Amino acid sequence: MAMTSARPAALPATDAEPALALDRADRSALLRFMLLMRATEERALTLYRQGKVPGSYYDGRGQEATCVGTAFALGPRDRACVLHRDMGAHLVRGVRPGRILAQMMGREGGVTRGRDGNMHFGDRELGCVGMVSMLPDMMLVACGMALAFQMRREPRVAMTWFGDGSTANGQWHEAMNVAGVRKLPIVFVLENNQFAYSTPNDLEFAVDPVERAATYGFPGVKVDGNDVEAVFEAAAEATERARMGGGPTLIECATMRMHGHGAHDDMRYVPAEMFEAWSKRDPIETYSARLKSDGFDVDAIEQSVVEELERDTEWALAQPMPDPATAADGVFAKADPQLGDGAAPWSRWATVQQEGDR
Amino acid sequence: MPEMTYLQAISDGLREEMRADESVFCLGEDIGAFGGAFKVTDGFVEEFGADRVWDTPLAENAIVGTAVGAAVEGLRPVCEMQFADFISCGFDQLVNVAAKMHYRQGLAVPMVVRLPSGGGFSGGPFHSQNPEAWFMQAPGLKVVAPSTPEDAKGLLSAAIRDPNPVCFMEHKHLYRRAKGDVPEGRYTASMGEVGVAREGTDLTVIAYGAMVPVALEATDDIGGASVEVIDLRTLVPLDRDGILESVRKTSKVVVLHEATRSCGVGAEVAALIAEEAFEDLDGPVVRVTAPDSPIPFSPPLERAVLPQVDDVKEACRELLAY
Repeated sequence: MAMTSARPAALPATDAEPALALDRADRSALLRFMLLMRATEERALTLYRQGKVPGSYYDGRGQEATCVGTAFALGPRDRACVLHRDMGAHLVRGVRPGRILAQMMGREGGVTRGRDGNMHFGDRELGCVGMVSMLPDMMLVACGMALAFQMRREPRVAMTWFGDGSTANGQWHEAMNVAGVRKLPIVFVLENNQFAYSTPNDLEFAVDPVERAATYGFPGVKVDGNDVEAVFEAAAEATERARMGGGPTLIECATMRMHGHGAHDDMRYVPAEMFEAWSKRDPIETYSARLKSDGFDVDAIEQSVVEELERDTEWALAQPMPDPATAADGVFAKADPQLGDGAAPWSRWATVQQEGDR
Repeated sequence: MPEMTYLQAISDGLREEMRADESVFCLGEDIGAFGGAFKVTDGFVEEFGADRVWDTPLAENAIVGTAVGAAVEGLRPVCEMQFADFISCGFDQLVNVAAKMHYRQGLAVPMVVRLPSGGGFSGGPFHSQNPEAWFMQAPGLKVVAPSTPEDAKGLLSAAIRDPNPVCFMEHKHLYRRAKGDVPEGRYTASMGEVGVAREGTDLTVIAYGAMVPVALEATDDIGGASVEVIDLRTLVPLDRDGILESVRKTSKVVVLHEATRSCGVGAEVAALIAEEAFEDLDGPVVRVTAPDSPIPFSPPLERAVLPQVDDVKEACRELLAY
């Protein structure tokens, strides 16, 4: 019996679909999400230094364009497994910064209500499945979601993020292989931030991982991970291909982790000239300048981010700590709570919905 | 009721669930055209198609991990490990991703991992293990271990319909040896309840899986003593009340399992009895288990490691005389 997995997803004809383009509201939103991520991370670091964030603190400074640009291409019913340096993807899906800050502080209002820390969460009501620390485990979970879409002939896509270190792990191969064999509707986002903790690329792999994609039977593309629009375009093309039954794509976003692995990490292993070179390519500064020259009121966007974060920080600090009596609650499910749909701010989705496609 | 083997009952239960619910599908190595290493899914691919009877690549983390993803998307995957031993290669997805999912983010993972376990046929160190205690140390996993065909079918259906990841221990020794009447159609057996395989008043043998028939044979005629045999059926959740009820009746307990000794089911059951029924005991709780050793290949070595009928008889005689 032949495999039936290579069939196209049941998407209507493409004639009436708008081009994969960004309008002015989209471009403004891209900058706003990147600014909101940076501001939220800066606030979280302050809270960490004040002793309000237990454990260690991890962020994705410098990687804002990668996570915002990729997540922005997802539709509401698509699903995401987001990595710990990709707060921007959560923000795009609709998670409030206050809930993220409460999460980091181990409070009841956090997404996991104190069950897990830092960026180890996924808001199931927004179509996200939270990561675990073993990397890149979520690639296979995303494959399973994509498998469900394929089996039910739904025009939906799963997206998952992982780092350069993950490409050295066996599960990376298992996921790439399964995705290629079943031609799954999935987008793999490799965030090459140059270091896996302290280990540089040349100790992780002998061949650029993006070149491996062809050996699994699907395209691999490399983009400037600090150019949010370039990242978005690659992601939009990949999600579109997946949605139409064209199978997986590996997108390698070349970027740089501008903070240590965690707050305890002084980055002594990063050559000074390398850090200096990447400092000049800050994704937010670059994009702000670009939008300014295109006539956007960047100051107003920045101001709205500051105001939102103030409100949300206040909310997060007002959240209670979880009740210790509930520490062992919820180990087992008693019902089948399902994933909900996420926010999809790209203007195309509103157009598609108006046309009744979805 | 038709008579079935344990293997036929598992196959029948899986087929009934797949017929009744399109969201149920199975995945594993060589389960399609070949029908599985033990033929549990023989004929399935012809009936349900290659999408729902997925011959996966040789990659256990991929089997378990994609099942997790499909499960959170509302499907009900049933994974087959070709041998229970190979779950070690998919362990990460099972204990880190599947088991902790609901606790961390309130998301159900309705999936089953079928684990053909156990020794007794010269399978050697990698085709004979009884890894159930591994899963008992990973909160969030349920573990069932039926001993009869009727329970095998009913507990498999219950596992498939459960909203949690369930490890389904199916002992290979029972596949074709255990026979019994099995109800037709879909039904579920209750998880988390012991069964009384034989009632008795002088001593209780607590066992599960392939050791239940061993316990019954060993205590069938043991100097006229009335021996109760408790079939645990489910290891997580463990039926504490059911265990304690029998202990309070007989006051003497042998815990029997094929898995290795340390930190196993027997240790857990013995600790439970020590904590909750100390005053009811008329003797020490005795364990009959495999030693802390890999399962050897050569028949005399394997027989020496796996608990035999005579080992159980001897333990019972000693405890009865205590």
